[in-house]
Amino acid sequence: MGNKTPLLSATDLHVSYGSIKAIRGISFDVYEHEIVTLIGANGAGKSTTLNTVCGLLKPTSGNITFDGKDIGHVPAHKMVTLGMSLCPEGRRIFQQLTVRENLEMGGFSRQASEIPGSIEEMFTRFPRLKEREKQIAGTLSGGEQQMLAMARALMSHPKLLMLDEPSMGLAPILVGQIFDIIRELHEAGTTILLVEQNARMALSVAHRAYVLETGRISISGSAADLLHDDSVRKAYLGS
Amino acid sequence: MIPFLTNLVNGISLGSVYAIIALGYSMVYGVAKMLNFAHGDVIMVAAYVSFTATQYWGVPPLVSVLMSMVVCTLLGITIEGLAYKPLRQAGSLAVLITAIGVSYLLQNLALLIWGANPKVFTSVVDFGGIRLFGGELVISDEIIVTIISGIAVMLLLTWFTGKTKMGRAMRAVSEDKGAAQLMGINVNFTISLTFAIGSFLAAIAGVLLCSSYNTLMPTTGSMPGIKAFTAAVFGGIGSIPGAMLGGLLLGLIEVFGGSYVSTELADALVFAVLIIILLLKPAGLLGKNVQEKV
Repeated sequence: MGNKTPLLSATDLHVSYGSIKAIRGISFDVYEHEIVTLIGANGAGKSTTLNTVCGLLKPTSGNITFDGKDIGHVPAHKMVTLGMSLCPEGRRIFQQLTVRENLEMGGFSRQASEIPGSIEEMFTRFPRLKEREKQIAGTLSGGEQQMLAMARALMSHPKLLMLDEPSMGLAPILVGQIFDIIRELHEAGTTILLVEQNARMALSVAHRAYVLETGRISISGSAADLLHDDSVRKAYLGS
Repeated sequence: MIPFLTNLVNGISLGSVYAIIALGYSMVYGVAKMLNFAHGDVIMVAAYVSFTATQYWGVPPLVSVLMSMVVCTLLGITIEGLAYKPLRQAGSLAVLITAIGVSYLLQNLALLIWGANPKVFTSVVDFGGIRLFGGELVISDEIIVTIISGIAVMLLLTWFTGKTKMGRAMRAVSEDKGAAQLMGINVNFTISLTFAIGSFLAAIAGVLLCSSYNTLMPTTGSMPGIKAFTAAVFGGIGSIPGAMLGGLLLGLIEVFGGSYVSTELADALVFAVLIIILLLKPAGLLGKNVQEKV
């Protein structure tokens, strides 16, 4: 996959919150049909990176291209029509809306006639959501909310799915399920950019990985190599 | 029995007007997270537009109502775009003070254009009303139209926010602007649309209110505006059914309080009930109180 142009490419990206520099010049690529993971400690800048890619934050400098287009100045609400979708940290489902309405919002950018079919697809992939179809989303369990957040992000049929801490706060059995779903989505042809604190799980599912440390990329390489890298093992895998 | 029914009908009518205004307040608060204290003054502008059209230009009353709706909708969008949109990232205090500024601006512009003397507003409806119980219970045409308008507005808004794509998007924006953007929802457009709907409703309320009470001054909108704000808080600000319920309750309390307790104390009674409700239910009667699941 090395000689193709990447689906997503960030070059020398800088992002600040006021005077605080959160991202200090990172570059990374995601190629089609890859699973790429960004790992790192709390506050390393992982979520900031995803929020910048999807336009919720604006970079102070640097370039982001997606599908061959410069997207540095595209407003956040237009990103989804370009083919990227973010499943945000903390899920951020619409708590007051029903499960079905949440999914409909996920398909906001698409033709109304395509929505019911896509919702059925989601119900096939996430059968629990079908059982909860008419329920107010805020009443779902944490695991169900994560499923809903992922299904909502998939409703736009993205080329690139970005997942921000999908395993956060979930019981180990549910974490396993979430990662199974990530594998299935990849097999179905979705390119995935995954941000995780659970580095062991992330590296086991990903092809390539970047390690973020206080706003810079310290190590990058194939996920398999990083799993056996001594410094990564010591810092992020607890062994 | 007849006085009770008269009060009931009057209370529902006044409550419908409060509900229509409160819906505008509440929707704008829900979506833009700001208290638009200029909302009441849009009511006044609506009445002046209708007044000017019928009295000076000889426009038929119903057409003048349509003109009010158009002018107020555009006014709402303009106010939002010029005064509030530049403050999207500013603190809520700055926005609040701006809203008060816009309120005074509208009042003083009205003073400049139409002068300080109260105008006599001629009712836009005229079909004589109905008499029940052998003529003992008189329900005026204004009251009938007001109640019907109130019901129509409530049904339409419930349908709009519950069943249409834009209505649901509005609810999504009111909950989480960032997540809404991720769905592809244009948040700025949604906020403008909310102001348009709110101001459109204010136009309806303004014409109905002045049809019932007939006096029109630059400050005509401020007291109903504050009452409707109270109604919105009553019901739970940000909640659409809450604004409807709050408006109706407020109208009923005001009319019954004025009739059975004392006319002078009617307003005091309204605010006393507000305080009691907020002590018991700080989020209002139907206020949102959702716990976050981890």
